[in-house]
Amino acid sequence: MSTLLEVDGVTVTFDGFRAINSLSIQFAPAELRAIIGPNGAGKTTFMDIVTGKTKPDEGHVIWGDRNISLLGMSESQIAREGIGRKFQKPTVFEAQTVRQNLAMALKNPRGPFAVLMHKKTPKNAERIEAIATEIGLIDQLARVAGELSHGQKQWLEIGMLLAQDPKLLLVDEPAAGMTVEEREKTTDILRRAAETRAVVVVEHDMEFVRRLGCKVTVLHEGSVLAEGSLDHVTSNQTVIDVYLGRSHA
Amino acid sequence: MRQSFISQNPSVLWFLAALGLFTVVVTLMSEATGVGLISTSFVKTLGKTLCLCLIAIAMDVVWGYCGILSLGHFAFFGIGGYAIGMWLMYARTEAIVVPNLMAQTIPPTPQEISDAIGNQIFGVVGSAEFPMIWAFADSLFLQLLMVVLVPGLLALVFGWLAFRSRVTGVYLSILTQAMTLALSLYLFQNDSGLRGNNGLSGLQNIPGYEETSQAMISIVFLWGSALALALAYVFFAWVVSGKMGSVVKGIRDNEARVRFLGYHVESYKLFIFTITAIVSGIAGALYYPQAGIINPGELTPIASIYLAVWVAIGGRGRLYGAAIGAAFVSLLSSWFTGGGAPNINLGFYTIQWTDWWLVLLGVSFVAVTLFFPKGIGGLFDYLVRKPS
Ligand SMILES: Nc1ncnc2c1ncn2[C@@H]1O[C@H](COP(=O)(O)OP(=O)(O)OP(=O)(O)O)[C@@H](O)[C@H]1O
Ligand SMILES: [Mg+2]
Repeated sequence: MSTLLEVDGVTVTFDGFRAINSLSIQFAPAELRAIIGPNGAGKTTFMDIVTGKTKPDEGHVIWGDRNISLLGMSESQIAREGIGRKFQKPTVFEAQTVRQNLAMALKNPRGPFAVLMHKKTPKNAERIEAIATEIGLIDQLARVAGELSHGQKQWLEIGMLLAQDPKLLLVDEPAAGMTVEEREKTTDILRRAAETRAVVVVEHDMEFVRRLGCKVTVLHEGSVLAEGSLDHVTSNQTVIDVYLGRSHA
Repeated sequence: MRQSFISQNPSVLWFLAALGLFTVVVTLMSEATGVGLISTSFVKTLGKTLCLCLIAIAMDVVWGYCGILSLGHFAFFGIGGYAIGMWLMYARTEAIVVPNLMAQTIPPTPQEISDAIGNQIFGVVGSAEFPMIWAFADSLFLQLLMVVLVPGLLALVFGWLAFRSRVTGVYLSILTQAMTLALSLYLFQNDSGLRGNNGLSGLQNIPGYEETSQAMISIVFLWGSALALALAYVFFAWVVSGKMGSVVKGIRDNEARVRFLGYHVESYKLFIFTITAIVSGIAGALYYPQAGIINPGELTPIASIYLAVWVAIGGRGRLYGAAIGAAFVSLLSSWFTGGGAPNINLGFYTIQWTDWWLVLLGVSFVAVTLFFPKGIGGLFDYLVRKPS
């Protein structure tokens, strides 16, 4: 199995506190992976490191076939390399329409002059419509994103990720605040996305993780505690002690 | 494409129509070309107002659309004014000095001519030498180039340093304000080479047009200012529409998100900061020949703060709002401070508007920010029921 992303021995300290503690974790090119773990386990910080928001004190982050290091790169360079990210709190551009949000994310040249001279093409419009259909917002294209429901905003953000056409999607708590039906739909979107690329989902909700039906990595205090199928990790005694033991819905 | 841009932005046509109508009406009422109902000095005030509208729409693009509260754009405006002022002063002094020298029996050497002009211009600061920065003052073309290049390059270098270090928000405002303050303090010095606090004067006299009346010149500048405003309006409206507009507004609302989409945010900010600085320089170059004088007092930081106030009162994030705000507040300001508004006698106290206008302006600013965040421009939403 080839590796798409390899995080190796990474450590991050915030004011002496080790949020990530020699973390090593790998992802394959087309896999769906769930990351679970108690609050403060370092799940979001892990995404911050991969996407260039946080610089680690130690360790390596190696990306793609060419084995390049992501550590010296800026957020926008990493995004252009093909890593897309959905934030824990849904962040879409609320003042703009669904179509504009997707158009901005659509994979196209990112330089100011290319963008200034950008012309709408039927091909781009088709791609936007295909993605909007995928995320169930095809009837909402002309609406201002700020008017969408919470769940719709989450989908729009996932749609923006898909529009970037990344090789790796990092999705932080996509189901938070969603109704049961909405969660089911979200699972479907993520599963389909993972057919052609790597999708990493951070989620607290065990039902949601079960429905994803994929390999699970448990993080605890900044490092990997257990890895394997959901049944495998949930029967692990340490996992039960540190995570499942704390009442979780 | 042009077609669709205009049809998607009907406010552009409305703005151009209103501006055209305004300019024609003023022309027909002026002393030089019309019935004489509007005095030449008021034509100049209106022409200057158009220049303030021009810098206001630039400010709106950088602040209202891109979220960068720059307190440096009036400095760029001043630089544009100084750049054109140097040529105006040089050429006019030359036109006076040279015939005098020629009248003497021995023809003057180029050095003597230069000394005589230098003496005239720099006598007030006790000097006669031409400083380095006046090297191109004899060329209108080169000084016009300076109007664009100096603000543009300054904005490029300053913006690059600031944006690259991810200075944002209040810190960026303070940094731009410091730049403005440094520039005005420098200009206040006598050995700045720009006549210290005397500034440059006599700018209303256009070399080569000594025979043309000021009434006529005021009309020409009115049209020039209107044309510049119209062109810049169309240009900015185009920049902030479409995908560029999306990215720029995205940066305003959530810079980090735009970065994670793969956009190099700093380049976009630098682009917007620089083009708006250039337009501000052009606005200044049109303004000061109508004002007649420029001095360092004009570009102290308070001027840039006023600019932000105009844009806020007019309505951020819509170009016509910024233009309306600048016109409305600056004209009202000259009415109040020029003694146009009658004082209010409260019996125990008389409100003198020359003193109290700033208080009124400050209160209005706070009120608009708190209760009408869309500003005057927001009123148009009631007329046109369509999402902007
Ligand atoms: N910028 C920061 N400065 C200081 N401490 C931080 C910072 N970011 C994260 N931390 C700390 O690092 C630890 C890991 O945080 P992180 O957000 O990665 O947890 P998480 O696993 O995503 O938790 P949750 O499930 O609550 O989202 C926490 O204790 C948090 O307080
Ligand atoms: Mg988190």
